[in-house]
Amino acid sequence: MRQEVVLAMLAKEPSHGYQLRARLREALGPLGDAMNAGHIYVTLTRLEKAGLVAVEVPADGADRSDRKAYGLTPDGQQRVAEWIAEVSWPKPDLAEFHLKLVAAASAGLADPLTVVDTQRRELLRRLRDAQRAAMAESARSNAALLLEGIVLRLQADLRWLEACEQNWTHRRSGS
Amino acid sequence: MSETADPPVLHARALRKEYGKGEGLVRAVDGVDLDIRAGETVAIMGPSGCGKSTLLHLLGGLDRPSGGEVLLNGRRIDNLSEKALARMRRTDVSYVFQSFHLMEELTAVENVELSALLAGCSPRTARRRAEELLDQLGLAGRSKFLPSALSGGQRQRVAVARALSNEPLVVLADEPTGNLDSAATLDVLQLFDELHEYGQTLVIVTHDARIAATADRMFSMRDGVLIDETRLTGGTNGKLGALVGLED
Repeated sequence: MRQEVVLAMLAKEPSHGYQLRARLREALGPLGDAMNAGHIYVTLTRLEKAGLVAVEVPADGADRSDRKAYGLTPDGQQRVAEWIAEVSWPKPDLAEFHLKLVAAASAGLADPLTVVDTQRRELLRRLRDAQRAAMAESARSNAALLLEGIVLRLQADLRWLEACEQNWTHRRSGS
Repeated sequence: MSETADPPVLHARALRKEYGKGEGLVRAVDGVDLDIRAGETVAIMGPSGCGKSTLLHLLGGLDRPSGGEVLLNGRRIDNLSEKALARMRRTDVSYVFQSFHLMEELTAVENVELSALLAGCSPRTARRRAEELLDQLGLAGRSKFLPSALSGGQRQRVAVARALSNEPLVVLADEPTGNLDSAATLDVLQLFDELHEYGQTLVIVTHDARIAATADRMFSMRDGVLIDETRLTGGTNGKLGALVGLED
């Protein structure tokens, strides 16, 4: 996860580490379980060194790390604004799978259709897991929306596998 | 152990269905072996024209095979008389269709009780059972509605309630989410999940990966043949985060 994400989650108000984690968990639902708490604290320390967040000392003056509240510095606010405006999108690595099929077929390493079937099994299992998680969430929650994104992407991948299968079936019967 | 001890609810061997002859011969189902055990949800997936609907019709006695055999609870159904077949379709198997096939002039509860009435149930018992089913499927307040007053997802729920009203050994569903939008699809997936929990045996043919993914086992069908079997239970728990870039 990029450090800008952690930074942006602090934009609403200065927060303790545990509040930040709770906010991420609320937004991610069951996917947040995978989040490494240590990673967040490491990121906060890095952001502090980079001058993007500043520690706000609690009123009672205690300096225990779990009592530290982090807030954005002006540089941090600037970075968040840039990040929000930035256009980025995760790149699905379709070329690798595509080349796997090409290599398997041309060198006779494996039947491309078997490779497609194996891949489909894995994607269907993931789809099943994502759907089960989606069904367990209330319909309008943040987590349900994220899970819907996963379900839709997996559907798109499965449709592409169908196209791969048809194409390679056609090539095999044509040759 | 139990896998070998329990006889399958549905058993098909070397099942074939051909149409036409000579040059025009179409092998819609071309040698299918299939065992479905009680309480299982099995999906059969494939592109349109692969023979999956024909296979479903053979399994449920809606159509007769050109060869091979089908056993329902250990009893052969491929060679039953028309009369015995009609009785079996009323009591032992139920269908859920893509287009719901509800009677538009009957209310939800009347649609649901119809098959129980046809199976010889008393009107009072049929009505009580229909009301119970609609209640269980979350349609209690809509039992007096006509299908036209219900959403797509609700209509499919009524169709499923009707399918359950004769307590069938197996429910056969043909593209049950075919006419539904994304939200209504999730509704039907949830419903099938509930049926599965309840122990209902389900066979679903579909080209919708979402509904196939809810099954215990999935078969891919091409040109009349089952080409691949996938067991979907015991999947990839805990790795969901990897799908959104939260984990490696």
